[in-house]
Amino acid sequence: MNKILLIIQREYITRVLKKSFWISSLLAPILITAIYAIPIWLAMKDKEVKRVEILDLSGLWKKSDLVDKEVEFVFTSGKEQELKMTFASKGFDAFVSISKDVLANPNGVHIYTAKNIGMSLKGSVEKLIQNKVRQELLLKAGISSQIYESTQVNIDSKTITVSTDGEETSSSSGGAMILAGIMGLVLYVTLLLYGSQVMNGVIEEKSSRIIEVIISSVKPYQLLLGKIIGVGLVGLTQFLLWIVLTIGLTQITGKFYGKKVKNNLTQIQKIDSEKQSNLISNGDAESPMSEVTKVLESTNIPMITAAFLFYFFVGYMLYSSLFAAIGSAVESATEAQQFTFIVMIPIILSFLMAQYTMQDPDSRIAFWASMIPFTSPINMMVRLPYGVPAWELILSMSLLVLGFLGCSWVSARIYRVGILMYGKKVTWKELGKWLFYTG
Amino acid sequence: MILSIRQVVKKYSEHLALDHIDLEIPRAKIFGLLGPNGAGKTSLIRIINQITAPDSGQIIFDGEPLSPKHVDQIGYLPEERGLYKKMKVGDQLLYLAQLKGMSKSEAISKLRDWFIRLDIKDWWNKPVDDLSKGMQQKTQFIATVVHEPKLLILDEPFSGFDPINANMLKDEILAIKERGTTILFSTHRMETVEELCNDIALINHSRVVLAGEKEEVQNRYKQNKYRIRYLGRLPAELNGMEILSENGQLATLKLGVGMSSNQAISQLIGHVELLEFQEIIPSFNDIFIQVVNETNAYE
Repeated sequence: MNKILLIIQREYITRVLKKSFWISSLLAPILITAIYAIPIWLAMKDKEVKRVEILDLSGLWKKSDLVDKEVEFVFTSGKEQELKMTFASKGFDAFVSISKDVLANPNGVHIYTAKNIGMSLKGSVEKLIQNKVRQELLLKAGISSQIYESTQVNIDSKTITVSTDGEETSSSSGGAMILAGIMGLVLYVTLLLYGSQVMNGVIEEKSSRIIEVIISSVKPYQLLLGKIIGVGLVGLTQFLLWIVLTIGLTQITGKFYGKKVKNNLTQIQKIDSEKQSNLISNGDAESPMSEVTKVLESTNIPMITAAFLFYFFVGYMLYSSLFAAIGSAVESATEAQQFTFIVMIPIILSFLMAQYTMQDPDSRIAFWASMIPFTSPINMMVRLPYGVPAWELILSMSLLVLGFLGCSWVSARIYRVGILMYGKKVTWKELGKWLFYTG
Repeated sequence: MILSIRQVVKKYSEHLALDHIDLEIPRAKIFGLLGPNGAGKTSLIRIINQITAPDSGQIIFDGEPLSPKHVDQIGYLPEERGLYKKMKVGDQLLYLAQLKGMSKSEAISKLRDWFIRLDIKDWWNKPVDDLSKGMQQKTQFIATVVHEPKLLILDEPFSGFDPINANMLKDEILAIKERGTTILFSTHRMETVEELCNDIALINHSRVVLAGEKEEVQNRYKQNKYRIRYLGRLPAELNGMEILSENGQLATLKLGVGMSSNQAISQLIGHVELLEFQEIIPSFNDIFIQVVNETNAYE
């Protein structure tokens, strides 16, 4: 037992001290934060108020029609030919001219800009003009603006999970999907990543020929177990670092942005106070992040976390034992490629099945995918945020443990023979024979 | 006896690797395990190291049936050997020593002694990758002996060593033997056998075909041949002796059955002035080739 601890310690420390470990531990949270922060940052950048000079020849627009949180409109008069030359020097970002017959000719709107200011300004100008034009056209057709307003309804449904004992929790299937997707993806990547790390560790020991010295001190299964647990702990450490660093980074960026968002809001309020309600109802659909937050609130986090750690660790042990068996049978990483596909196929397959599971978590396919030991780690984690009966979870976990025991039995027998086999091209038939070698 | 191997059989799917092997390895001696490639030496060594188990037979180590607790009392230097390339020399040796059951502090102090002894003090923090092949061999040797095993198994220990380091290694092996450790030596190099070993066993085709104390084995293969140096003329015929070669100063004679060396000498001094009379002891190289060929023919 003491010797297994020594092996775990060595496997863990040599990997954690590697530069590549720290690079991936730091890079992922930075990337996640960036994915989450950059769109916000970009959106805020756009929210700098642009000043636009507007020449309305049709006379349809009043100041109250032209309210936008990002654009400030200033009416002007004069000749279009002159104005388009001078707006920039007067400090405007753009100049808009609306032709006299804009109702009949929707193309009679021109936007002049000093530099390319981008789609969002064009979009908001067009939206404002379009709204007014539609309103006018409807009015002409005999529909009042009140009726028009009342038809602009936003449907925002709320999904509510009702358990058999009648307890209601508001949930969000969109958010559950995102959470499921993230967990499925993380499992997929880490199973492959750490599984192949175990394989490469085995190949390293075999090709450097230190293996014979080691197994004259410990039993092959002790070395195998120590290696798998050691690498698995590296994986857990990396998860921990990812979680802590991501939370830390998003907190910091959140604080930083929080201030800016407030500044922006006061600016918007200053420009327009009477149409505040309008702004809010025009606001964008709920962001994915708030959906996830909603799911996090409605799901049982300790249970999901525990299940995630369980499925990661046992799933990882199952796959890494198979990867180790392959590593033991070959002498180089290139030679291993012809065998690794057979272990990678179920991982990739379960990731593909997870796409269906996400669409319909209670389907027959999803059920079986979350029961079969090879596909259950990813698929059960994808199903869990939607809610899974306890008996299914327990059955799936028990089957996974049984699957692990079976795979590790097969792997240990191949491993024991393979690590001492040199200069022999290994075939599937050969691997099969090794299972039945004695001693 | 430190190790008794009794009727050990090991079978792999295609062939019999060890066919009822019996060997007795005496304590605090150097025991040479000889044999051509593929004879079964490595299979036997792996069984002693408990890397594999025999199909049948018994192994007694230090008076007890061999069991996992004994691995800490055995040191093994395989023929094909390596180290973790990225690990530092000191860390690596510390790890291997602890795997052999040493405590960390004990291992550190023993390793320090070895580093001083072999004059490699400044290697501790070097990664193995930076070492030359000879340096790696030294490191591996330390890993094999640092836990002071009762039985040291060395498989072709000198391969890859330059003559200076080979000499150093030889001295270390003899010193270790003096301290009471038994050394099981597997090799093809007959000069090292003659120089170092006290006992030998020759394995061919999965069987022990020759075993015994070194001089006794050599005596067994003596062919009653003598080399003489002389002045004068050797007659063409000698009673009870056969002249195998002769060049006027040196001759090789084969004594007939029942003839003692004294009888031969008394006959010779009647003909020539005898300067030297020396028995030809067969070299292990000759014995090896002869026995292997005989057993091959028998097969």
